[in-house]
Amino acid sequence: MTAALEAAECGQQVLLIDKAPTLGGRTAQLYRYFPKMCHPSCGLEINLKRLKGNPKLRVMAMTELVAVTGRRGDYRVTLKVRPRYVNENCTACGKCAEAVSSEIPDPFNYGLSKVKAAYLPHLMAYPQRYVIDASIANTAEGEKAKAACPVGAVDLGMQEETLELTVGAIVWATGWRPYDANKIQPYGYDRYQNVITSVEFERLADPRGPTGGQLLRPSDGKPAKNIAFIQCAGSRDENYLRHCSRICCMATLKQTQYVREAGGDGRSTVYYIDIRAIDRFEDFYQMVQADATVSFVKSKVARIALNEVNGNPILHGVDTEGYHRYATEHDLVVLAVGMEPEITGLLGNGLAAAIVLDSSNFIEGCAGASADAGMFAAGAAASPLDVNRSVQSATAASLKAIQVVHKTVSTEVA
Amino acid sequence: MADNKFAAYICAGCGIGDTLDIAALEKIAQKECKMAAVKSHPFLCNQEGVQIIKNDIANEGVTHLCIAACSRRAKTEAFAFADACVSRANLREGVLWVVAAGAEHDEVRQEMAEDYLRMGCAEVKKMKQPAGNPDKAINRTILVVGGGMTGMTAAIEAAEAGYAVLIVEKSAALGGFARQLWKRVPFAAPYAEAQPTGADELAARVSGHARIKLHLNSTLAETAGAPGRFQVKIAQESGSVTEVVVGAIIQATGFSAYDINKLPQLGGGQANVVDQAGLESLARNAALAGGVIKRADGKEVNRVVFVQCAGQRDASGQHLSYCSGHCCATSIKQATYFKDANPLVDTVVIYQDLRVPGMGEDFYRSAQDKGVVFTKGTVSKVSGGGSCSVTFKDLILDEEATLVADLVVLATGQVPNAGTDMELWNQVSTDADNGDEAAKTRQQELRAASVLKLAYRQGPDMPQFKHGFADSHFICFPYETRRTGIYAAGPTRRPMDLDQAMTDATGAALKAIQAVENAAAGRAAHPRVGDLSYPIVRLEGCTQCKRCTVECPFGAIDEDERRFPQFNEQRCRRCGTCMGACPVRVISFENYSCDTVGMQIKAVNIPDEFEEKPRILILACENDAYPALDMAGLQRLTYSAYVRAIPIRCLGSVNTVWITDALSSGYDGVMMMGCKKGDDYQCHFVKGSEMAYYRLSKIEDTMKQMSLEPERVQSHEIAITDNARVARLIDDYVAQIKEIGLSPMKGFG
Repeated sequence: MTAALEAAECGQQVLLIDKAPTLGGRTAQLYRYFPKMCHPSCGLEINLKRLKGNPKLRVMAMTELVAVTGRRGDYRVTLKVRPRYVNENCTACGKCAEAVSSEIPDPFNYGLSKVKAAYLPHLMAYPQRYVIDASIANTAEGEKAKAACPVGAVDLGMQEETLELTVGAIVWATGWRPYDANKIQPYGYDRYQNVITSVEFERLADPRGPTGGQLLRPSDGKPAKNIAFIQCAGSRDENYLRHCSRICCMATLKQTQYVREAGGDGRSTVYYIDIRAIDRFEDFYQMVQADATVSFVKSKVARIALNEVNGNPILHGVDTEGYHRYATEHDLVVLAVGMEPEITGLLGNGLAAAIVLDSSNFIEGCAGASADAGMFAAGAAASPLDVNRSVQSATAASLKAIQVVHKTVSTEVA
Repeated sequence: MADNKFAAYICAGCGIGDTLDIAALEKIAQKECKMAAVKSHPFLCNQEGVQIIKNDIANEGVTHLCIAACSRRAKTEAFAFADACVSRANLREGVLWVVAAGAEHDEVRQEMAEDYLRMGCAEVKKMKQPAGNPDKAINRTILVVGGGMTGMTAAIEAAEAGYAVLIVEKSAALGGFARQLWKRVPFAAPYAEAQPTGADELAARVSGHARIKLHLNSTLAETAGAPGRFQVKIAQESGSVTEVVVGAIIQATGFSAYDINKLPQLGGGQANVVDQAGLESLARNAALAGGVIKRADGKEVNRVVFVQCAGQRDASGQHLSYCSGHCCATSIKQATYFKDANPLVDTVVIYQDLRVPGMGEDFYRSAQDKGVVFTKGTVSKVSGGGSCSVTFKDLILDEEATLVADLVVLATGQVPNAGTDMELWNQVSTDADNGDEAAKTRQQELRAASVLKLAYRQGPDMPQFKHGFADSHFICFPYETRRTGIYAAGPTRRPMDLDQAMTDATGAALKAIQAVENAAAGRAAHPRVGDLSYPIVRLEGCTQCKRCTVECPFGAIDEDERRFPQFNEQRCRRCGTCMGACPVRVISFENYSCDTVGMQIKAVNIPDEFEEKPRILILACENDAYPALDMAGLQRLTYSAYVRAIPIRCLGSVNTVWITDALSSGYDGVMMMGCKKGDDYQCHFVKGSEMAYYRLSKIEDTMKQMSLEPERVQSHEIAITDNARVARLIDDYVAQIKEIGLSPMKGFG
């Protein structure tokens, strides 16, 4: 959104496409930010307001880029638009959701809760338009949604569409995905209910999330009181992700404050290799270090076992400060999972030849000589970055794209 | 005014028509609100409905319209009409979805809807179509202060997008700190080897660029004006002064290394104890001589120890409390200088947390492969001289240890070159204004030490954020500064490495380009980008109280020679804080004024006290509190139908007259809803909530005179996620008001 808005606010024509049915990406799924503990949806509201008021910017949701040909200043792109089964008549009144009974795992809550198969992706979804899940499109349930819609917005006959356009420059702002915790077998994410990921924990803390903001552990719905955070879950490990994902230390420090604010006798223990709270984030780290509810153990946890009686995970490892072995029981474990660049669409659509990837598959830039570059990566697609630095990166990428258009236009004029 | 034609359009869709009496609403719009045209439609936001409105504007001369339908946050594009003033009466999220279902609530629900319609009509009648700023500010040149890597990058990136650039550099050459480096850390795969800095090549490109003009050996002597029309005096070392006009400014004044002499405990000031810059100097000398890195005394180095966080991450309050971010990777790079030349040199990095985020991890691995030793420890003492020693606690072995070395490198931090400490400036200025002669002298010194030398009422530099960096306060908006059209980039904004500084410079260049384009078009800058309204002041009513000049969060208002406020529209962000501050209400925006809100407050029908229906006014920040109310509706949470909510630009724009008018006309309570205040404030106009709290304290006397309980005005910090909380707060407040009893002022308004 930032790359698109910044370019549009410089007067450029911008097309913003998103694979998802709504804008906002993973940031919209965060409850609060470090270090101010403010709310990402506040910035989202500002950006949506900027976007609604800017006629130079067009948004296409549920759309993917499937082919690029041409060159800097003159790219021919092929877009694939998935059917939403809901047209622009939709007023988000919610009658379709009332009518259907099928449910799907709610993608907004990482599947921690269910949502009707006719749904608004989240409260600030833009476009503010419902989605009929493809699973019910051709069923009686789909028909129920259609019948319930008072404004004729449900269109079950929608088909996947392909369209071609010419653009001057392309910014890849495809973001990231949490590393698949199942791959870290010693931690038992796939076996133990009370081992969850940091992104899931974020949804638990959100008052608009699946538990109404209560930190309840999945196995028995009891409040989690003794929570372990395992850093570098997947990151900094050549077996999984070789890079450091940058955000996880600060994200965990932030999440320890959710535990503290939940009140009661909640305690956090952070198992870490290095706490990477760089620049002024150090202030936040020092504040958390002084927090009596939080303790730190310098250790890469070796494995997790299960206490079969109470469902508690038991962490095994060595505290490297002094080399003490431990086997510590917690009632909930949060894996601070790493960031992986979300480039499956790029690779799946055979676009790999157009771009250069680094050893962790982050996008370094355009293939070919840099003078020919008309495609730029921004944000977490380019590097594991926090929101602030993603915005910085997107603003820079936006100028790079503007330069391409400027030079193309000046050459044509000359 | 003769040409104005007012119309109201009432939507019956989304269940509005099933639940509310549309005919009664139409009648109110016609009879009470005297709207010239009133139409209802079963589905106003669809093509047909929108076309009706468009036709009325084109053919019937409708200039002002109130759309009574969903929230202003919904169907925004459908209901945007470029040639008309539009108000939105929120019948869906604001009434239908939040008032409890059931016939027993029909009466209060209908009353609420009717009031919102009255308010929408009253508001639009007082609105004018913003004409844009007639004071054209069309200069598009970008001034870059500082010719280091950040400044050069900003300059070249802006120039490559077609903009003219001026660089003002204090020293005799471009290149800045990067010129002192032997090599830099790698920015690209395989992230294994130190790389040439590229500073010389970039300096050559900048020097030869047709759109970039250099002022070397120069500093700023004065910066006046506003975006699109900054008048800048550039002083040469020789004493000559050049006057230029520029459109926007990028401050890329970099950092200074923390003074190693402040670290005597760590050997600062002693022979063979150097900082990272000192090591770079030794490395460059070695390269020039064609040999390995030697000490200043010419002796070979067999063991070098790097001490991380020297004078950084300091909890004692003596040194830098923050982390400079780049130093771990820099020490790794410097260790490889030795290892690459001679693998037998012992290189030890003593660290607390090794901080090489992202792909820096690969560079770390590469150094480990080369045999660089990393030890987790805290260093307590370093002594320099012919044989240096480093005493530290080894945190892994849990024991005290000492290493003897030929050379010790202290990783000291970055201190921003952000100019005058603006907090200090404010204190000194207050004293100077009160006639303190010493303070006046001090003020002159501070001005002389400033970077930008802004001729602004609020001082000569950008207000700094934490630790003296000229940073933005906002995570979502790293370039949201408090001086419009002036953007800090590089280590003066935040501690950072070269790679980030160059990205930052590119981003700042884009923001500068936007600033000049916005100024030229008379539009607001972020966050109300595109807003063509601007503060209009009736100077003949002004009492020269200076509240607007002092309270403007962006330093947009100066004073002219007659001591009247001088509005610099291009510096204005349109928050309305000046409007809220003005005791004589002479400041307004064409589409947002004391009247547009005041008339909404007056438009509400206040039932007499025997009906026992309280009326509570909510003034809600449009960015956080109002969306929270909206989303309570979207979630179908219910709250009392006795409240009437008005979205406002910022709590800072709330003029106390609205509150006193509301109370004297019989409202039973007022709830102000703004953003969090304090150090971690969330107000995008900086101090909206703070100002509101401050001003509230000023109306306590008025309330006493009216014999009103202080509880009748409340202020809340509301986050955008507080949907459920806001509904609860409303219900609790209504209960509280019922307990206190209805206002005695009813019927007097």
